[in-house]
Formats: sequence, C-alpha cells, structure tokens
Amino acid sequence: MATETSLPLEYSTKQNEMNILGFWIFLGAEIVLFSTLFAGYFVLEGNTANGPAGHEIFIFKDVMIQTFLLLTSSFTCSLAIYQMRNNNVKGLITWLVVTMALGLGFLYMEINEFIHYVHEGATLQTSGFLSSFFTLLGTHGLHVTLGLGWATLLIIQIARRGITPVTARKTFIISLYWHFLDVVWIFIFTFVYLRGLVM
Amino acid sequence: MEKTNKVFPGKLVIGFLLSIVMTVLAAWIALGTDFSKSVIMWMIGALAIFQAGVQLIMFMHINEGKSGMINTINIVYSVFIAAVIVAGSIWILTTGHAAH
Repeated sequence: MATETSLPLEYSTKQNEMNILGFWIFLGAEIVLFSTLFAGYFVLEGNTANGPAGHEIFIFKDVMIQTFLLLTSSFTCSLAIYQMRNNNVKGLITWLVVTMALGLGFLYMEINEFIHYVHEGATLQTSGFLSSFFTLLGTHGLHVTLGLGWATLLIIQIARRGITPVTARKTFIISLYWHFLDVVWIFIFTFVYLRGLVM
Repeated sequence: MEKTNKVFPGKLVIGFLLSIVMTVLAAWIALGTDFSKSVIMWMIGALAIFQAGVQLIMFMHINEGKSGMINTINIVYSVFIAAVIVAGSIWILTTGHAAH
C-alpha cells in the first residue's frame, strides 16, 4: 500500500484531499439521482400509448458507435491523468483534448438520434415510455455537455499555470466526473438499449 | 510526486480492453443468442456491474489516498440506496397495489 509521501500531487494538501473526498460524496448523490430516473424509466417503459416501442426506434449500430466513443473517451481521460502524474503537461492537455473530441462526437450522435426520433413521431409528449426515456438520456447528455464546458475552462487554466497542486486536483476531479458518466452510460446501454432491443 | 517511470500504462490498457470485451459480449448475448429474455437480462446486467467495477477500480482509483475506504463505503452505500429506489419502485408500481 502506498505511503502518504508516495501519493500523487493532487492529494498533496489537506484541502485537496477534502475536495476529492467531497467530490466522491457528490458522485454518491449522482448515483441516487440517476437511480430515480432509471426507476421512472423501468416503471413506464411498457406504457407506449400507441406510440413506438424501444425496439421499433432504437438503431443498434448508432448505439454501439456512441458506446465505443464514450468508452474510448473514458480510457483517454485515464491516460490524461497518467500523463499528469508523470508531470507531462503536453501529454495531459493532448489527452484531455482527445477526450473532449470523443465526448463531442458522442454528443453529436446523441443529438442526431433525438432529432431522428422526433421525425419518426417519437417525442417527449408521445408516451410515458418516451417521456422517461428522454428525461433519463437527456440528463446524461446534459452532464456530458457540462463536462465539455468544464474541461475547456480547465485546459485553459492548465495551459496558463501548468501542473500545480491546484490544477492537478481539479483535473483529477473532472476525470472522476467523466468516468462516472461512462458508468451511467454502461447502465443506459444495457438496461435501456439492449433491454429495449431484446424485449 | 509519484515516481511513475513506466512509459506504458498497462493497467489502463487492460481496463480499456476489458470494457470493450464486456460491451461486445453483452451486445452479442442480447442480440446473437437464443437465451430466454430473463437469462439475457441477468447476464448482461452482471456484465454492466463488472464493467462499472472496472471503471471504479482501474480508472477512478477508488481505493487511493487516505480516504480510500471512506470512498468505497460511500459508493457502496449509494449503490444500495439506488438499488432500493429502483427495485422498490418497480415492485410497488407493477404488483398492482398502486396500479388499481
């Protein structure tokens, strides 16, 4: 087990440790937030009210592309932290930019998917299934959007100040956020898309 | 500063490959096999939980730092609350007590 002195820079002050712990507690609250949206979805998924069901509108290929974009972005985000811990600013910024590009690709696919659904007559107002579907997916997509804005601001700060205890802590925290969004997506992929296609 | 002189982040690559394999496996089980629907859901649900574990341990370093144990307890507790909310909602709203 690592001793205190061998911990990475982002844990180097008491304040940093507390901020990281605080963010983990926030993620706990996020888990519960998403669980309520999943609960709503599972209760309402059968209520299609003469509108389309999941297997009639989901496009498997597009869902797989979105999943791979987000999985890869989670990996490149972990590489960014790896570079940060090797004190490589250039590597850190490069992998953060790659992560953001993949996140942007995901968001582009998701927005196109929603537009496609609306053209098919599957809107937020169509049925209980679609209301809960768009609420769950939209909340996740909103988190991704927020993450992209947050990462942009952080990259500017890293470019100006380099890797300091403060920027290292901020970068580590956004990496936790980004991986968390990937975890939520794994459950959306499994319990919304695959489940919808199997049923 | 951690002395990470390794050039190749092996643990992260393994985590990434595991998540890709589990995703493809889940998609194949769901769409490429003839198991019953409930068997499929149990299998791909288990894969999703494993994959979340890979993210938490290999990418998010949940055990790291002095608060590693607190992080773990906090996340396990949140997952418990989430499971109660999801399972409880489905139970109450589909068994008929509220539906009629």
